[in-house]
Amino acid sequence: MEIIELTAVQLAQKIRSRELSSKEVVNYYAERIRSLDGEINAFITQSFDIALKQAEEVDKKIAKSEEVAPYAGVPIGIKDLIVTKGLRTTCASKILENFIPPYDGTVARKVKENGLPIMGKLNMDEFAMGSSNENSYFGPVKNPWDLQRVPGGSSGGSAAAVAAGEVPWALGSDTGGSIRQPASFCGIVGLKPTYGLVSRYGLVAFASSLDQIGPMTRNVEDAAALLEIIAGHDPFDATSLDVDLPKFTEEIKKDVKDLKIAVIKELSGEGIDEGILNCFNNTLKKLEDAGVIIEEISLPSTSYALSAYYLIAPAEASSNLARYDGVRYGYRIENAENMLELYMKSRSEGFGDEVKRRIMLGTYALSAGYYEAFYGKALKARRLIRQEYERAFETYDLLVSPTTPTVAFKLGEKVSDPLKMYLSDVCTVSANLAGLPSASVPCGLSEGFPVGFQIIGPALSDHLVLRLSKAVEDATQFELKPLKELKK
Amino acid sequence: MSISKDEVRHVAKLARLELSEEEIEKFSNQLSQILEHAARVQELDLENLEPLTHAVDRRNVFRSDEVKECLSREEALSNAPEREGEFFKIPPIV
Repeated sequence: MEIIELTAVQLAQKIRSRELSSKEVVNYYAERIRSLDGEINAFITQSFDIALKQAEEVDKKIAKSEEVAPYAGVPIGIKDLIVTKGLRTTCASKILENFIPPYDGTVARKVKENGLPIMGKLNMDEFAMGSSNENSYFGPVKNPWDLQRVPGGSSGGSAAAVAAGEVPWALGSDTGGSIRQPASFCGIVGLKPTYGLVSRYGLVAFASSLDQIGPMTRNVEDAAALLEIIAGHDPFDATSLDVDLPKFTEEIKKDVKDLKIAVIKELSGEGIDEGILNCFNNTLKKLEDAGVIIEEISLPSTSYALSAYYLIAPAEASSNLARYDGVRYGYRIENAENMLELYMKSRSEGFGDEVKRRIMLGTYALSAGYYEAFYGKALKARRLIRQEYERAFETYDLLVSPTTPTVAFKLGEKVSDPLKMYLSDVCTVSANLAGLPSASVPCGLSEGFPVGFQIIGPALSDHLVLRLSKAVEDATQFELKPLKELKK
Repeated sequence: MSISKDEVRHVAKLARLELSEEEIEKFSNQLSQILEHAARVQELDLENLEPLTHAVDRRNVFRSDEVKECLSREEALSNAPEREGEFFKIPPIV
């Protein structure tokens, strides 16, 4: 079998049994990145030298029959907003173009401790703000299924790198759909864990009450494995949960028979493309054949989730991004006469259009006279949304819907209309507002492009979300075509 | 819902952003559109609901007050756009 055909978990087994060395695998993927990424543009920074060193260490340990971590030696790509010590971390922004972190984020540390060679830092929408990856200072990422189309965003580089077979797996982050929407557009698996399951220490903040890091992989087993690596309590993140974790790779093997799920009516009808609904409904039938009990539920407040989200997320962003002031790190204009000029000009030259727009939105929503009518109302709506979910989970194990209203759209199609762009997050934002685990799993093609099946579960039911994800994967037998079609 | 150009100027100043006339015009239109959509939350019956600021209701996570290893001064200064000795350098304030 060729290296490209092996999943991350299979690669790990072959590396342990010495059928393959980690170095061979790293070299293979480095070669693939070199030949494909000129067009795809998934990487902002490549770090093959570092990856090779890490790989050699793993190989040495295995040669000496020393203990290694379960998935040691399998290379990975990391979204460029997780800080990596000594390795440039830009958030796809001019303002951090030359930022070299002096420390590792917790997830980056775990990746290293688990012996996963880091191939580089992946492209994204600037500060994770966007749904098409067209907001990157380092240029847009292309969808491996069709280079004229967007990969989705904001974790577009992570999704494209996995779909193109530039890395076996990758890490993304999800504030309003930034893992699931690009996973859907690129035909891969993406999981946004329960809020607090994965540490945010060293994740450059966009909207702190919504952000979560999660796995982006070719299949569900790899997602479960990567979640086992990154999840867990961290004293460096006060919002991190101190709970016992299930063994996700074992949980996905369990049967889904008699699992009771409901289709969210508001997210599975009007406004969703017909081709998507066909794929989604076909998948439901197959799940029913597998013994899943399927009903429908109305969650009226989810129709308001997008409105609440586009007040809460920008409000938090406007506060979080106040730190970019040109003093301690980041871009700074030359020869400023005074502090005000230094702040205003450094920020205006350093931030891109969408980031400015969100800072403006958030500042407006938080400003005197508008706070109660906008931010205050949005927070109450958020409570309502969570209550509706909690009530639904009294009856159902999981809720489902399509991940996106359309398949991957063309580059340039929505750039000039921000509101239209925001509407691509309509199905995904409510899970972030309520802090719930949610996955997107490919379930078929519409017009030749991948369709995502979204699963949302109660807090800390990540194992159940993954279990149903596995059932969707088994039922649909989706083929990730670019893996074979794109040749190095 | 409409955000005037003067409001855009005011908010930009609060956010420490310097916008061109062109940007002010553009943002005035776009923010009006977006806020009109966002204002839909005002249609909801939100009586008797407490605001939810965080998905996880946790408060006061304590740890013991012990000195631990942290970034060295040199590391903390390593990304400074301008420095002087052990300090970040900024334009004169007074």
